[in-house]
Amino acid sequence: MTPGDTSGAPGVVVVTGVGRWLGAHVAARLAADPRIERVIGVDPAPPNPELADLLTDVERVRLDLDSLGGLLADLDVDAVVHLALVTSPDPQQGGRSAMKEQNVIGTMQMLAAAQRAPRLRKLVVRSSTAAYGVSFRDPAVFTEETEPREVPRGGFGRDILDIEGYVRGFRRRRPDVTATVLRFAPFIGYAADTTLTRYFSQPVVPTVFGRDPRLQFVHFDDALEVLHRSVAEDHPGTYNVAGPGVLSLSQAIRRAGRVAVPVLEPGLAGVAAIARSLGFGRYGLDQVDLFVHGRVVDTSRLEREFGFTPRSTAAAFEDFIRAHHGGVVVTRDQLAAAERLVLESIRQVRSTVRERS
Amino acid sequence: MTSPEERRDARYDVPLDVPGPGAEPARRNGHRRVTAPSARPAAPVEPDTSADEPGTPAGSAAPGPAAHRPTAEKTVAKKTVAKKTVAKKAVAKKAVAEPAPVSDAPAGDTPPGPAVADRPGDHWDRKVAQGLAFLRRRLAGDYEVDEFGFDPDLTDAVVHPLVRLLYRDWFRTEVSGIEHVPAEGAGLVVGNHSGTVALDALILSTALHDRHPARRYLRLLGADLVFRMPVVSEIARKTGGTVACNPDAERLLGNGELVGVFPEGFKGVGKLYSDRYKLQRFGRGGFVSAALRTGTPIVPVAIVGGEEIYPMLADIKPLARLLKLPYFPVTPTFPWLGPLGMVPLPSKWLIEFCPPIPTAHLRDSADDPLVVFNLADQVRETIQQTLHKLLERRPDPFGP
Repeated sequence: MTPGDTSGAPGVVVVTGVGRWLGAHVAARLAADPRIERVIGVDPAPPNPELADLLTDVERVRLDLDSLGGLLADLDVDAVVHLALVTSPDPQQGGRSAMKEQNVIGTMQMLAAAQRAPRLRKLVVRSSTAAYGVSFRDPAVFTEETEPREVPRGGFGRDILDIEGYVRGFRRRRPDVTATVLRFAPFIGYAADTTLTRYFSQPVVPTVFGRDPRLQFVHFDDALEVLHRSVAEDHPGTYNVAGPGVLSLSQAIRRAGRVAVPVLEPGLAGVAAIARSLGFGRYGLDQVDLFVHGRVVDTSRLEREFGFTPRSTAAAFEDFIRAHHGGVVVTRDQLAAAERLVLESIRQVRSTVRERS
Repeated sequence: MTSPEERRDARYDVPLDVPGPGAEPARRNGHRRVTAPSARPAAPVEPDTSADEPGTPAGSAAPGPAAHRPTAEKTVAKKTVAKKTVAKKAVAKKAVAEPAPVSDAPAGDTPPGPAVADRPGDHWDRKVAQGLAFLRRRLAGDYEVDEFGFDPDLTDAVVHPLVRLLYRDWFRTEVSGIEHVPAEGAGLVVGNHSGTVALDALILSTALHDRHPARRYLRLLGADLVFRMPVVSEIARKTGGTVACNPDAERLLGNGELVGVFPEGFKGVGKLYSDRYKLQRFGRGGFVSAALRTGTPIVPVAIVGGEEIYPMLADIKPLARLLKLPYFPVTPTFPWLGPLGMVPLPSKWLIEFCPPIPTAHLRDSADDPLVVFNLADQVRETIQQTLHKLLERRPDPFGP
């Protein structure tokens, strides 16, 4: 396929954020697709050594997003996949201010460069279901049309709202570019390493007292598949990407064989902040809000337009549990054994009582 | 030899057999008060908890002489564990002392003959095994939750049995017109709200589930205040509730669910006792447009009895504002008696479902305020008139 063709797979693809887990996997997957000629990975930092093996077929450019414009024009880039988002502040890399710089300013710079790239015809942006915000008046299930009622307290949620706002502006200015916004549910899977997977791998898991949020996950492999399809095929618009079905938090914790410790809500943000400063986990207001409100999205548009149904939330979580069986406190077999034991002993006691009477 | 406890328990239920010619005439709502005839030789009765859910046929009728076999009697086991063990012992003793005429026992799900002595034990075995299996399922997370957070496993095993005690034994609820609730497909049940604490919603959904032949769950729509409160929000979601907003209502109706809504909202729950059974304003009629958009029939329901459970004498508005509540009630018992004031007064409840109002032909008028308000008024009038009719049938709020 010639570069600059107006339909089908693009010839030259730029992937931002290849230094991170998601970016590296997406770039590797696109590079393995014979329909795509060149895959260029952009990241200001050198990739993680573990991810370097993945990127053998990917041309890597160490570049800040503000100098992306020249690259897009020089290399006749057809598509940009923007994955350089930070989901939680990392104290080692500048904390929240660096996170905002990367997420919001980085996206603005990327969009400015994309707007000036004459041959660009496809833009895929990673977003999150955090775009729906949190409110007690929210409907139970979000469709793509649902507007957020309240701006979220968490930094990531606010960044996502900003990013989507800028993409809307880009769509107006470059209607010829196919812009796809993918709102991902939290990633999970055998290998994914996110704030949420670290949370569920602990033996004792803090929850919010009196709240049992409904959660949805998307399996990491399915997220890759959806990203791949949105680059190789044309799917303009905004899509929710999540595994169908719902797990409640308590159910997920029980299925993982962990123990939940309810914490009172008013002090939770403070506890999370203290834990963060002491180096335990990186829970912020984003996580607290998620664990109070929960978040469920409707994925029928994705299934209709992409012709692809991600594996269910329960199946994705099952896959995660299999890989993280280290910290299990209670297993299903133990529970079944305990049930048999109790039943057996009751029968025995009863039969002896009956014999005596 | 029927113990007084058992006699008391056998009072209210739906007759399952055709009553004999000499039987007391059934009341018009299909319920009859069954008094255990004392002249009849006592029959050993099995505390079968399958009768915990009214409407299901009891496992077996009590074996007794055929001529005296009670026609409509059925024991309803609702006792505490302690009481049950008493009954169980009584049955066992009876069975040992006097071999029951086995041939008369109807072929139920329990084997006849020498198994009689073992029956209570087997029953308890089954009960305990069920309880343990439930506990294991809960601890292992082996249950399903729908996208609204509805957990049928928990609702059936914990919430409904608790509310059942309340509506059947404490409030002696009589339900009529259940045939007006659609057996399948979507339906919007619209009721009057009352009672300071919205117990009527819970009671309506449990009574509907128990009495409806299709055992339908009522998916309630609640105010956002319900979902602001910890614990309460969790219970509301797990029992099938969700936030009262059009997207959720239309989604549930689109899925063919039975949705319950109280358009009066807090105006209905928090009205004074002097305003009892006066329907309050119905808001914007959002429930009507949700029904119109999905072509769902509206089933008005009148609930009598809820107003007397916590008669609200006054509303301390400044305190309510301070606590960010819609009202702060003062009842004859609350807040004077502290936690004891939370016990609802045992009023007599009547629930009547009215004939459904079809809306399928008005699908295009969902945004027409005239149609919406007219339909809302029609529903309101129906409920108000049915309330008056029911109140006439119940002269004494705390009657039997």
